[in-house]
Amino acid sequence: MATTQDPRPVHLSVNGKPCQGMAAPRLHLADFLRGELKLTGTHVGCEHGVCGACTVLVDGVSARSCLMLAVQGEGCAITTVEGLAADEHELHPLQQAFHELHALQCGFCTPGILMSLSELLAANPDPDEDTVRDVLSGHLCRCTGYQNIVAAALRAARLLRERDGHAR
Amino acid sequence: MKAPAVDYVAPRSLDEALQCLAGVDNARVLAGGQSLMAMLNMRFAFPDCLVDINRIPELAYLRDEGDTIRIGAMTRQRDVEFSDLVRDRLPILREAILNVGHRQTRNRGTVGGSLCQLDPSAEIPTIAMALDAQLHVASAAGTRSLAMADFPAGYMTPALEADEMLVGVSMQPWEPGHGWSFLEFSRRHGDFAIASAAVLLRFGPDARVDRCSITLGGVSTAPVRMGQAEQALLGTKAEAADIERAAALCGAVDASSDAYVPGWYRQRLARVLSSRAITRALERATR
Repeated sequence: MATTQDPRPVHLSVNGKPCQGMAAPRLHLADFLRGELKLTGTHVGCEHGVCGACTVLVDGVSARSCLMLAVQGEGCAITTVEGLAADEHELHPLQQAFHELHALQCGFCTPGILMSLSELLAANPDPDEDTVRDVLSGHLCRCTGYQNIVAAALRAARLLRERDGHAR
Repeated sequence: MKAPAVDYVAPRSLDEALQCLAGVDNARVLAGGQSLMAMLNMRFAFPDCLVDINRIPELAYLRDEGDTIRIGAMTRQRDVEFSDLVRDRLPILREAILNVGHRQTRNRGTVGGSLCQLDPSAEIPTIAMALDAQLHVASAAGTRSLAMADFPAGYMTPALEADEMLVGVSMQPWEPGHGWSFLEFSRRHGDFAIASAAVLLRFGPDARVDRCSITLGGVSTAPVRMGQAEQALLGTKAEAADIERAAALCGAVDASSDAYVPGWYRQRLARVLSSRAITRALERATR
């Protein structure tokens, strides 16, 4: 089988839109999203899967985009923090709660945390604090001390329940 | 840091993957990537070619084969975590898997990847050792199986030839009524364990322990079965003094030292964790 280190086209869906870019095999997905697709909301921290800043959803489940090659994303549906808010005028309930409760200071870790929490709330609309903390254990935040992140996650869960309740 | 330049192939079948491994020098199998990608980014690993097995559906399964549960090498840790089959038949594996990294890494990390990475602290190799797992290996030349006890060839080095890959693992569930426990100690939840203990035991009709498995992870170059400690519990009613004797034998393990943790500390953890794990397993066992 022929192999090559040369860049090759990668076709994938990002935040619901079909996208295409070029990626050499060594390029990880986070750098592809940022450099090739110009989606700089996904942050690159430790590049070995520990800090969680680059967390995105791959086919609906959270994953470290620094631990996945861009070429592995072929055909996948990626969701990044840019895909959370419905439009530029309205924040996602998670973002709204983070804003209201001061759940970020420098904001570097925030995109990854938002993606993990959006996965959690999609699967479990009413998580308890322990569950939220378990999800957050996969993220490093050096500013907040996490208390306000936990509070914001729980408030966002409530906001989403209320919104979806009204929708029904 | 960034990964070194590397070739990449994504075979669609096991046969194709095995041909790649046979035909390309210094190739490395890329499964979930939760260790290998980090090693590439940190330039600890310099393969010439990555053989990505993520697109080979025949390698991802959890299969009830009666006496054994067979798990495909590409089966995600997440799928083990949420499997009813694992919960019901291999409860110690489920208990251990909750300690593997974080949700975000279990979503991609695989059973086969963890076994082949063979980190001495890793939970899945420790459970494979505790359950006397059989590992199934394939190459273009054929297939073979080997016992988990024979799998570690050295520190983080599985006994695999360059053209071979792990394709699955068979674990034998213990009888209903057995007790189990997996405990580990790490600085933070999700970190690598400094030490861990996996215990399975069963009582015979005379209310004495008639089957017992005690494994320590993290203390040595690979997970290690504590045969003497098992012998110390066998045939006893597992009273406090018996537990203490078995735990003391675990505490005498030949433990490794590193820059962060001295061997004596691992030994103390081994004693305490094994004592607690035995106690927990006893609580769950039917006498």
